[in-house]
Amino acid sequence: MRAIRYTLWGVALVALIVVAGHQLSHFLGTDPEEVSGFRPTFTLVNHQGETVSEATYRGNWALVFFGFTNCPDICPTTLAEFGSVMDSLGDEAAEVTPLFITIDPERDRVKTVAEYVSAFHSSIVGLTGTDKQVADAAKSFKAYFERVPQESAPDGYTMGHTSVVYLLSPDGYFVRTFQFGEPPEMIVKDLRERI
Amino acid sequence: MSISKFLSAVAALTLLLTAISMSTAVAEAVRKGDMTIDAVWARASIGTSRPAAAYLTIRNEGSEEEVLARIKSSVSAMAEVHETTMTGGIARMGPAGALKIAAGGEMVLKPGGRHVMLMKLKQPLKEGKKFTLTLIFENAGPVDISVPVLGIGASGPAQ
Repeated sequence: MRAIRYTLWGVALVALIVVAGHQLSHFLGTDPEEVSGFRPTFTLVNHQGETVSEATYRGNWALVFFGFTNCPDICPTTLAEFGSVMDSLGDEAAEVTPLFITIDPERDRVKTVAEYVSAFHSSIVGLTGTDKQVADAAKSFKAYFERVPQESAPDGYTMGHTSVVYLLSPDGYFVRTFQFGEPPEMIVKDLRERI
Repeated sequence: MSISKFLSAVAALTLLLTAISMSTAVAEAVRKGDMTIDAVWARASIGTSRPAAAYLTIRNEGSEEEVLARIKSSVSAMAEVHETTMTGGIARMGPAGALKIAAGGEMVLKPGGRHVMLMKLKQPLKEGKKFTLTLIFENAGPVDISVPVLGIGASGPAQ
């Protein structure tokens, strides 16, 4: 009898883990197949201080990355990749807009974002906003971020965030993600086939 | 060829070689005891208000495990190894603690993995400049390494 009870508990636990995992991956939007066909929306402020929305960038392919300027590893690496992609695209770069959306609007105000993105490439647009605008934008992309208290970090906290790059079509639909570390040549190749 | 011509040719060649070795921002491997440190570089910073990152590879050619206990830096008040972890496409970063380098093993610090996080910068890291990191190992003791600063868009030292 006891063995059956343990088995049933075991089955229930496994079922719970499977369901939770599925829900989580759905929520995080890590499976492009499940999330294709959606159209992210946002209202944010660009690094020149102008209010913009998803409609501002329609007509161009958009590469979208969520990050923060106090991030010394993943974010510079990805923005450097954006620069490399844009340089490699040559004339076709005119049809692509790389967007960097900060998920740390408390520290990343317009001026900070401007200084940061322009250090990497003149074509990169940096976006910030109010806490709510940024949270809404991330949610719309099914991107995740969190504030993590950390004693040794600057200001006592760091940010965890979705590290993929999103590709949006010129009509604003989600097309695919590129994983962190995807070589710029692969992104260029993918874009060239679409443009 | 006269001696003076020969000497000036030698001088020119020396100057040329010096210029070449200075222009390549690749640090030479540093050895101490059984430890070899190479592939050292840092990314240029924008000012001093944000943390910067340095990368390197440590090889332990000895027969005992080594521990990198602490790091000191000439350009920042704090330096410690941080680790980026990816879970379900989400990047998180935090202190990696004391790094253990297995006997005969190596520890690679590179973008997207571990890095030396340089916090509270005292000066900006400028491309083309160098600074000193002191790696303090439990057995091998302190090792000074010269870190070349590459461009902000760099992904590693030239191969």
